[in-house]
Formats: sequence, structure tokens, C-alpha cells
Amino acid sequence: MASKAPKPDLATLQKKAEARALNFFYGKKQALKNITLPVFDRRVTALIGPSGCGKSTFLRCFNRMHDLYPGNRYDGEIRFFPDDLNLLGADVDPIEVRMRLAMVFQKPNPFPKSIFENVAYGLRIRGVKQRSLLMDKVEEALSSAALWNEVKDRLDEQANNLSGGQQQRLCIARALASEPEMLLFDEPTSALDPIATASIEELIHQLKDKVTILIVTHNMQQAARVSDFTAYMYLGDLIEFGWTDDVFFRPTNKQTEDYITGRFG
Amino acid sequence: MNSTPTRDLVQVRSMIAAHKRRDIAFAVLGFAALTLCFVTFVALFVDMLVDGASRLTADFFTSFASRRAGQAGILAAWVGTFLLMLVTAAVAVPIGVASGLYLEEYAPRNRFTAIIEININNLAGVPSIVYGLLALGMFVHTFGLGASVLTAGLTLGLLILPIVIVATRESIRAVPGMIREAAYALGATRWQMVRHHVLPYSMPGILTGVIIGLSRAIGETAPIVTIGAVTFIAFLPPAPLTAAPPFVSFEWLLSPFTAMPIQIFNWTSRPEVAFQQNASAAALVLVGMTLLMNAIAIWLRYRLRRNLKW
Repeated sequence: MASKAPKPDLATLQKKAEARALNFFYGKKQALKNITLPVFDRRVTALIGPSGCGKSTFLRCFNRMHDLYPGNRYDGEIRFFPDDLNLLGADVDPIEVRMRLAMVFQKPNPFPKSIFENVAYGLRIRGVKQRSLLMDKVEEALSSAALWNEVKDRLDEQANNLSGGQQQRLCIARALASEPEMLLFDEPTSALDPIATASIEELIHQLKDKVTILIVTHNMQQAARVSDFTAYMYLGDLIEFGWTDDVFFRPTNKQTEDYITGRFG
Repeated sequence: MNSTPTRDLVQVRSMIAAHKRRDIAFAVLGFAALTLCFVTFVALFVDMLVDGASRLTADFFTSFASRRAGQAGILAAWVGTFLLMLVTAAVAVPIGVASGLYLEEYAPRNRFTAIIEININNLAGVPSIVYGLLALGMFVHTFGLGASVLTAGLTLGLLILPIVIVATRESIRAVPGMIREAAYALGATRWQMVRHHVLPYSMPGILTGVIIGLSRAIGETAPIVTIGAVTFIAFLPPAPLTAAPPFVSFEWLLSPFTAMPIQIFNWTSRPEVAFQQNASAAALVLVGMTLLMNAIAIWLRYRLRRNLKW
């Protein structure tokens, strides 16, 4: 369990974001039903649930990835703090949202460019041109992603030559380079072997002091290992949310208990 | 476990053998088809070589056409074809790539774009002489560009536009969605995503399409005959670089011209054997030009694709 210390009262915790009565539709099909869920500042919140429960759909609302495809519709809001901005607001530019919240995908997806260019890309599109500044930021991001020592001598090599686990850490570095306020992980270890998975989980542990993390995972042990809070979703509904050890050891909902104890899902 | 072959196993084996015979039968058939293609090409090539090889001297490349077959050369023709390809590429590449990009990345999916898509595919099947007639009416008469390099280049550019558009779209579609999402998720605008990712990653495929298009254009005779390309010409278009400021001249664009296929056609229609030899030699050169273009494309594609892995 991530937190051994006595748990503070939820009301006293600072929120980084909060979904309020969020509904989401793929065309006519409703994928999220009236979800209200806080994401606490510099904590790890895990989204679990069986396939098709809407956890990835929910995650992708935060950086407006659904805007890229026609026919998708949001209803409700996601408040983002400290400025209390509605991320889903019609007047809020999705590009601005994506500049503040970074995402790490299920399968490592480095650009077919050099290691350096991958990490520098977010900075480049933010107008950073100065080579020395880029270099500093790239080193910092790669160090934060625990990859610097492995790649510092070959920054100009193609990113595709790295192993799967290294590629995923590179994607994390790429996301970190532009100092996002919140990191969205969409099953970041599902394509990785156990050793690479362990290194990513370790990384998530280290990152949560700096950045708020929302992570979707198929793997319940992973949720238990890395998160402070867990939300269990089923068929587009949020079934249960709370401190991770409460959800795992003292679930209040029978459905959650069945899922966690492996009776279904 | 007892593994004595049973009657069933015998049946299974004979079935597998029967399946394998079909496998071999197709391999033989496929190989025969391939051989047929290859033998045909070699026969054509050898035939041209036997007829024309003796004419492939340096003089042949540096002489203008002549009434005497022995002195005639392809200078005006190969220079004309070269310039023509430049103009064709300059027309077809920007317009074709921009159209393909727009259709794939920007255009909404509605009935209007569906109609445009169908029409682009149909355009690829329009006979080239129709393009010639269009060009005669539009570029030669309405715009008054005459039977010039520019007119011919615009015509051939239009002719290969569908090829370039289709190739562009296909190679754009081959860029995985997760790469697009990675760029968008970092805050890229659509144009940044296209400019920094889609375009560079699809460049090898686009290039292939351009070369296929140019390979078609280089052999086209009908449309440039229609617009009135000269068949006998004893001068070159003005040089693009001049000694006096501004040092660049675009007069060559409006110059009359001839091209390799026209020269070949012209010589083939003469009764004298010597001219037939000239035609064979010129055809060899034309094939050589096409192969060279393809070789450059293959090399570029190899270089550009080396780093593309998803």
C-alpha cells in the first residue's frame, strides 16, 4: 500500500482536478455515466475495472483526446485547479489542456526520431529553440524518467532501437519534459515484461511528489502497489472510490469486492 | 501413450499430401507467370539493343534531329523530356501532396468529400488524350501559353495528379494513429502534427507515388502531340541561368519543345531502316531514363525508410 501513515481526512486534501457529473458518448452510445470523482493533488489515483468499463475513456477526457475523432460528446465538467478551469468547456482550447496535462500511452509510441528529439519535441512546439536550454531540459526529463544513465551517450540514436521498457520510460520523459501539472497513464505497462513493469512502477512512486498522476490499469496488484486512491468502474459507472487500502481490503460495495477478490472480471 | 499410427492418421497424411500438391501447383503457376513477364521484357529490350545499340554514340546525344538518319540525334528530345519532367513534378507534387494531406487529415467525412474521392479515383482512369484535348482548349487557346514546355508540363502534371494524390493518401494512412496521438497529446496543433510527423514519415511512400507518376508521364505521347509539340526541332529552349542579372530566366517555359516519345514516334513512322534503328536507340535511352528515375527513388526510399519503425 502506498500510504502507511494515518490517512488524512479527504476534505482537507487539495484537489488537482474533479470530474463532476461527467457523461460521455461515442455517437449514441453512452460510455460514461454521471461520474463524479476527485483527483487529489500530487497523489496517484488508479482507475480499475474490467475491459470496456470506461476507465480509458474517462482518462482520455482529461486531455480531450476524444476531440480528435468526430461524433464524440462530453456532458458535465472536469474542474482543474488551482484556476478552477473546466477542461471540457467549449471555450477552452484542447491544445491548451494538452499543454498542461501530459499522457503516456498503453503501447510505447516514440516518434521515429532520435532519443533527444523525442524528449525535446514538447519543448520545441512550445517555442524553445535555444540548444543549451533544450539540452538541460532533456537531461532533467530523462533523469526523472530513470533513463538518463542508459542513454546519455547515445542521444542521437533512433528511439526505436531502445527496448520496450526503455521506450516507455522515454515516453514518460517526453511527457515530463514540458513540466505538466498532471500525468495521465493509460495502462502504461500492459505491453511490458515484469522487470520493465517494476521499473515503471518505481518511477511512478518517485514522480508523485512532483506531479499528480491518474493511471488506468488492468492489473489490480499494480493499482494496489502504486496508488493512493482507487476508483472501481463498471460499465461506465463509478462503483466505488476511496483510499486504495480501503477499496482493496474494506470495499463497501459487493461488486467491487467480487472484482477485487477475482470472482469476476 | 500409445502412438501406433491409426487408420485416421493415414487419412490425415494423405490429405496433407494433397494440400501440399496444390501448394506446389500454385508455386509453379506463379513462377511461370513471372517468367513470362520477365522473358517478354528481356525480349523487347534485346530487340531494341540489337537494332539500336550501334547508334548509341556520344554524337547521338548531342545532335539535333536530321533528314539524314546517320546524323540525327536526340539532343532536343532528351532535353525536352528532362525539362518536361521538371515542370510536371513541380506541378503535380505540391498540388497532389497538399490535396492528399487535406483529404486525409483535414477534410470532414461527408458526402461532398466522398464524391471528390470517387472522382479522383476515376480521373486516374481517364485516357490521356482527354487531358491533351483539355490542355489544348485551356492552356494553349484560352490562356495562350502555346505549345510550350509549360503547357505540356501542366498537362502531364494534371495527368499524374490522381496517382500522386492516391499514393500520398495511402502513405499518410500508414502512419499509425498512436504516433498522431502522441504528438497531439503533447499539445501539437494539427499542422504541427502534419508538418513534424505525418509528412516526414510518409515521405518515402509519397516519393514512390511521384516516381510512378513521372514514369508514366515520361512515356506519354498522345497528350503532348495533341497540344502541338513540334516533331522536328533544331534548337534548345533558352537556358534557365543567364550571364546577365537577374541570372535566372523562365523563358524556357514558353519555348516550343519536343520530347523523347515524340521523337521515337516520328522516327518509327519513317520507312528507312536507319531511322528505325534511331527509334530503337532512342527507346533504349527512354527506358534508361525511366530506370534511372526508379533507381534514384529506390535509393531515396531506402534512406528515408531506414529509421521508420513503429
